[in-house]
Amino acid sequence: MDHTVTPLRPETGDDSFTIAGVNLSSRLFIGTAGYPTQAIMRDAVAASGAEVVTASIRRVSLQGHGSDTVTLLKGKRFLPNTAGCETARDAIMTAELAREALDTNWIKVEVIGDRETLYPDVTELIEACRHLVDDGFVVLPYCNDDPIICQRLEDLGCAAVMPMGSLIGSGMGVANPANLELICRRAKVPVVVDAGIGTASDAVIAMELGASACLINTAVAKADDPVRMARAMGRAVEAGRDAYLAGRIPRRGRAEPSSPQLGLVGS
Amino acid sequence: MKLFINGEPRERDAETVDALFRQEAEETGIESPQGVAIALNGRVLRRRDWDETPVNEGDRIEIVRAMQGG
Repeated sequence: MDHTVTPLRPETGDDSFTIAGVNLSSRLFIGTAGYPTQAIMRDAVAASGAEVVTASIRRVSLQGHGSDTVTLLKGKRFLPNTAGCETARDAIMTAELAREALDTNWIKVEVIGDRETLYPDVTELIEACRHLVDDGFVVLPYCNDDPIICQRLEDLGCAAVMPMGSLIGSGMGVANPANLELICRRAKVPVVVDAGIGTASDAVIAMELGASACLINTAVAKADDPVRMARAMGRAVEAGRDAYLAGRIPRRGRAEPSSPQLGLVGS
Repeated sequence: MKLFINGEPRERDAETVDALFRQEAEETGIESPQGVAIALNGRVLRRRDWDETPVNEGDRIEIVRAMQGG
């Protein structure tokens, strides 16, 4: 399967990209958890412009559910996750349930090493991804910002890689920009920066480093005004992407006048 | 008949997975099978197979639903 990033087509200005053959125009994936209300979540998703929304798979409980997330977000492309799983076995089972529940073979594979750091358990992650790729899933793994792990995941057939900006929910932004740039430069599949984005400038930085997209949840859901932050994030990924494509000026340690030097008034 | 639903022992009277789902849906306020998936003894079922899959004494059943997530 060819998961290669589609280059910009300058003649049309179309900067959409594809994952597993699906054309995506928005480079923001948005999470749906932790909003003050379901109505605010729905409005934030709309304001963000995102096409892809994440979901979790949980046991039905007798405590009731409120509004149905699936109905609320009708028309969006669901990316179910295996959040909270600590073994490949649980992640595989959750992915299989998600495929039936949401009628999609897309899966964000998250296998955490412990509940304090929520850091990926790479050994279990790779095992889960290998199994799920073989089973026909479109696999998007949440992984370390490690170029070698990203390479391994790409090699085994993942449709994208989703390295962390920083710890889940931390809002620390892109903790290791040099690594992220290296990952983006080497990857032949889309790189979706997942976790750690705290505000719009963090998303811009991720995109300027060459990311294909950002997946953002907490920074939007827990903002004072989630709908406004969702809109800001939508604009941030566009601004960062444009800046990346435009090519930034080199940094220099001295001033360089921008106005012409000839014809100055006065002596 | 005694079943284990989402890890809890339950007394239920349903011949098929589909009938069981409808009972559970009523109890939990779920309106449709949209967003729902069921596993029987560790094996995920296709929705189209729910009404042909029998439920037996002691079965372990997982009923899950897509919810908000990050």
